[in-house]
Amino acid sequence: MAILKEGTMAPNFTLPSTPDQKVSLSEFRGKNVVLVFYPADWSPVCGDQLALYNEVLPMIKKHQAEVIGISVDGIWCHLEFSKERKYRFPLLTDFEPKGHVARLYGAYREMEGTSERALFVIDGEGVIRWSYLSPVGVNPGADGILDALEKLSKKEKT
Amino acid sequence: MSTSPKLKIPVSKEDHFQGPDKAPLVLVEYGDYQCPHCGRAYPIVKRVQKALGDKIKFVFRNFPLSEVHPDALNAAKVAEGAALQGKFWEMHDLLFENQESLDVQSLARYSDQLGLDGEELNEAVAAPEVEEKVSMDFEGGVRSGVNGTPTFFVNGARYDGDWSYGPFLKSLEAVLAHEESED
Repeated sequence: MAILKEGTMAPNFTLPSTPDQKVSLSEFRGKNVVLVFYPADWSPVCGDQLALYNEVLPMIKKHQAEVIGISVDGIWCHLEFSKERKYRFPLLTDFEPKGHVARLYGAYREMEGTSERALFVIDGEGVIRWSYLSPVGVNPGADGILDALEKLSKKEKT
Repeated sequence: MSTSPKLKIPVSKEDHFQGPDKAPLVLVEYGDYQCPHCGRAYPIVKRVQKALGDKIKFVFRNFPLSEVHPDALNAAKVAEGAALQGKFWEMHDLLFENQESLDVQSLARYSDQLGLDGEELNEAVAAPEVEEKVSMDFEGGVRSGVNGTPTFFVNGARYDGDWSYGPFLKSLEAVLAHEESED
């Protein structure tokens, strides 16, 4: 299964961010979105990857962009993980039906039952402008995201 | 994206470095004084520098992960402040040698130990220029593909290999041999 490529309309979704709140992609229209699919809370690489995005958040926000993390972990797991690591962006739970949103983006690992480690930069009109599939054990860093956002910002100005 | 990321901010006179300016090997570390992995890398880098002598120039840049390591940013600023009094490397070494105690009181003690002017150091730590230097290092690192600490660049290319002493030295020697064969 290949991940969705640039130029594709980003499939909308609505997923819980807390036990009593849901977040829809469509709420972010007019803003850029960095969608981060990762395999699991607490696993070492994801932790480092999300910790990096947490630190880089001010650089991302300069490009009118928000970060959203998605994994198949349950909401209580996300809450504890997020609290302990002090993440300043929402983690959505793709738990029921499991991996549904990851599948929409071509970012689901059938064998493992988790999402891929995949990144999508979506513009204010909901179009995917950059996507990247990382080897599952490798922290993809933030340089690709920032390059993509910079290009978007330049285009908007011209 | 299969090739390893490249250092986007070239080494310049703004950087703190050890070794000859024109050494054939340039090792850049992006590090965090409170990161235990960087603490583990610290003596290894020293040994590598010793083994390679004047063939290697070592540059240290700040990459404090301040949400995970609450004292890291302050420690980075203290090292930059010490640099203004000509004692960057002395402070860099002290911080890594005592990385479990980087609270404000301990930092003041290290400053005394190095004979720094404490008041001047405090002013530097609070100064926007020092804050700017640390965040420039950090942002440049992010853009170069630093994804955690420590991240090393060898002659401008990110080094994703094993940095325990033996394998690290071997890789560096291989790059050196390659550089020298091209001359």
